[in-house]
Amino acid sequence: MTALKLKIQEVFEEPACEKNQAKTEKQRKAGCSKQLAPGAAAGGCAFDGAKIALQPIVDVAHLVHGPIACEGNSWDNRHAASSGVQTYRTGFTTDINELDVIYGGEKRLYKAVKEIIEKYDPPAVFVYQTCVTALTGDDIEAVCKAASAKFGKPVIPVNSPGFAGVKNLGNKLAGEALLDYVIGTVEPEFTTPYDINIIGEYNLSGELWQITPLLDAMGVRVLSCISGDGRYREIASSHRARASMMVCSKAMINVARKMEERYGIPFFEGSFYGIGDVSDSLRQIARLLVQQGAPAELMDRTEALIAVEEARAWSRLAHYKKRLAGKRVLLITGGVKSWSVVAALQEVGIEIVGTSVKKSTREDKERIKEIMGDEAHMIDDMTPREMYAMLKEARADIMLSGGRSQFIALKAKMPWLDINQERHHAYAGYEGMITLVSEIDRALYNPVWEQVRAPAPWE
Amino acid sequence: MAIIETSSKAAAVNPLKMSQPLGAAYAFLGMNRCMPVMHGSQGCTSFGLVLLVRHFREAIPLQTTAMNEVSSILGGMENIEKAVLNIRLRAKPDLIAICSTGLTETKGDDVNAYLRLIRQKHPDLADTALAYVSTPDYTGAFQDGWAKAVEALIRALGEPQPGLQTRAKQINLLAGCHLTPADIEELRDIVQSFGLEPIVLPDVSSSLDGHLPDNFSPTSMGGTTLAEMRALGASIVSIAIGEQMRASAQAVQELSGVPYVVFDRLTGLQANDRFLAYLEYVSGQPIPARYRRQRSQLQDAMLDGHFFFGGVKVAIGAEPDLLLSLSAWLAEMGCEIGCAVTTTTSPVLDGVPAARVVIGDLEDLEQGARRASAGLLVTHSHGRQAAERLHIPFHRAGLPMFDRLGAGHCLSVGYRGTRGLIFEIGNLLLAAGHAHTPDDWQLPQSTRDALALATPVQGESS
Repeated sequence: MTALKLKIQEVFEEPACEKNQAKTEKQRKAGCSKQLAPGAAAGGCAFDGAKIALQPIVDVAHLVHGPIACEGNSWDNRHAASSGVQTYRTGFTTDINELDVIYGGEKRLYKAVKEIIEKYDPPAVFVYQTCVTALTGDDIEAVCKAASAKFGKPVIPVNSPGFAGVKNLGNKLAGEALLDYVIGTVEPEFTTPYDINIIGEYNLSGELWQITPLLDAMGVRVLSCISGDGRYREIASSHRARASMMVCSKAMINVARKMEERYGIPFFEGSFYGIGDVSDSLRQIARLLVQQGAPAELMDRTEALIAVEEARAWSRLAHYKKRLAGKRVLLITGGVKSWSVVAALQEVGIEIVGTSVKKSTREDKERIKEIMGDEAHMIDDMTPREMYAMLKEARADIMLSGGRSQFIALKAKMPWLDINQERHHAYAGYEGMITLVSEIDRALYNPVWEQVRAPAPWE
Repeated sequence: MAIIETSSKAAAVNPLKMSQPLGAAYAFLGMNRCMPVMHGSQGCTSFGLVLLVRHFREAIPLQTTAMNEVSSILGGMENIEKAVLNIRLRAKPDLIAICSTGLTETKGDDVNAYLRLIRQKHPDLADTALAYVSTPDYTGAFQDGWAKAVEALIRALGEPQPGLQTRAKQINLLAGCHLTPADIEELRDIVQSFGLEPIVLPDVSSSLDGHLPDNFSPTSMGGTTLAEMRALGASIVSIAIGEQMRASAQAVQELSGVPYVVFDRLTGLQANDRFLAYLEYVSGQPIPARYRRQRSQLQDAMLDGHFFFGGVKVAIGAEPDLLLSLSAWLAEMGCEIGCAVTTTTSPVLDGVPAARVVIGDLEDLEQGARRASAGLLVTHSHGRQAAERLHIPFHRAGLPMFDRLGAGHCLSVGYRGTRGLIFEIGNLLLAAGHAHTPDDWQLPQSTRDALALATPVQGESS
């Protein structure tokens, strides 16, 4: 447990985190994991976070060491897409029993790794610690080390048991596992001055593929995406990139920052949601690469691409602008989406009646203020009852949120659109923006609303 | 009699099984105005919640005691107390039902003792019923969690009331977790049509049947009420549907002396004949005309459908009671059960019409299906990858069913449900049928060679 404690402390010390830097020495030492309120908490645990961050590495076997709940209840529930190999969608778990709780499950874990390597021959096995096996003291680091030596294959321990904290902490601990055991262990076959890493992009519903054609057109190569549609060897060789873009609101800032520290790879934080933000991110990528020695003409090529693509996107959006102007959206999401989606929707004239900032950083909130002018529409913690009331009274025309709160809108007979991880549509890049707007249009103008809202004829 | 084998692998690959606490939480959702709580870390609840949401496409009330490292080691008394108080404040449920998880069982929290202490400390909680069931993740499976939870609810809330009189028309309908909301609705209908008044426990048919309520509720809506729980002892009989409900039926008998019968399955013609005959006996009412008609419709469907079922080898993965129900019925339709995989032990496994039943995972099912040259795969939605790889039709059964609409309204009991199932699976088999081409019946080369030798070339004959 001490190793985990140290890791958590280290993650909380994150110097690139502005929130952390604003704290006193003493506050910083206390860390930033808030005590969750029993009976009033929701959301995933640290194990969930670690799995979310690493599962998109598609060619490795992800083995969960714990009782059936941790994998049996949750496997294959996200749409991180793969361009080929499907190993990551196979659910592997040691499914420990009572005897393993009493005598320890290390031997079972070792055997499980052996079976998986023999049967599936993945380039690596990731082993996830869970609450029960952490509590009984199974040393997954030692088992992974022994298994790596014995089978001549990387077996990577991911020490992020659920009770260590919330999902976001798990994202970071997953990043630590990559930094400690994976990144820098393989050399790429060749490098170019145009090699970048994308960090914190999970390729949900294939969103990465809405971006890669743009990068291709610029002549930029994604050396490694951590971790969407990722391959083990690519991620292991990501230390040779010239620059990094960090996508998902601080989930893996420790990875970006430590790669800068260790390998001199500069990074920036950007978003692929909304036309303006996509263009900005492409510019930033080009700028960083040029700064790192790529030929300056990359900037010109990027600007040319942006000009053409933006114009094309706007002409495709014109149709929707008329239909959506003045429509009111309630946005219940977290992190980077709380501002990037706001910016995107405002581009087509949609009014935001509120955006949740419960999971947003101070920086996120600053951006919302910049975009929306004031804090009036920032919602800190809205109860389901309040959301329901807001929709029932038609103070919003549509709610955008994650899947778990969709029924609040649907039961109020109001449209809803999924913008979280379980969604089936890809919303990134210029393409994604058009998809997002057309989906909102489709939801709002579906004739079903008229029918379900009408009373029965005998009433 | 099937041989029962336990898979001896160290790693479960593509789990068929879900955990006990999830089964327990699902049972609690069949209670009216209830807030189920998992005593464990936040993720235990989050995974279960997401799974149920994806299956039912409904808001699922489910809370957590949000255990962390420190509280896990020191014990969860404080977290349970906070959870109970918080939930009462926010949701005002009639019932807070708690199940344990692997985490808190490994520590060894004595939740019953905690609840007694909490009751003493907070007399104002008197208006909120509390129930607890022990469901470690590392033993048993979803079905066991459900069964244990129902038994625990009966023992906590089903104490006979003083002066309780037996009601001549009232029966207890104890429903296993293999029944969908639609199944339960159908059974209630059938029972009521004999003039009987059923208390359904648990009753997910009114809480998870996908209706639009008039108002928002943070707790479950519909389901068995506390008043019904207290009246269980006034029934003339408990009818348990599924072997898993036997212990619950016994618990009612222990508490109140109500006798019980167990129907291990209600899919198929004969199974329903037995059920209706029993209802006729217990109610003294004749079989309603509409069931006579449904029965003949089912017979007709069986006749129409049997062509497509006959000889098809089926690989099926399901929890014990659902496995028995479906495999026995498929065998009645002429299928051969080539591979049967389940999640946990149960006496019904002996009766599964297969050479052996493996307690294993979907990897076992996929390999078994391949070995048996199966022409149909039956399991929950997670079987979709295997069916794709095997290139065989796939019928979704059980929970989770996250890639289809209307999981709660899938009906497979009663004459009507069985009839629907024949059409559904029959159509899958029909669609997967091979379209013949002129090349299908070509004579083999050896025959052609032989013919060429035997037949004189034209023009040479005399």
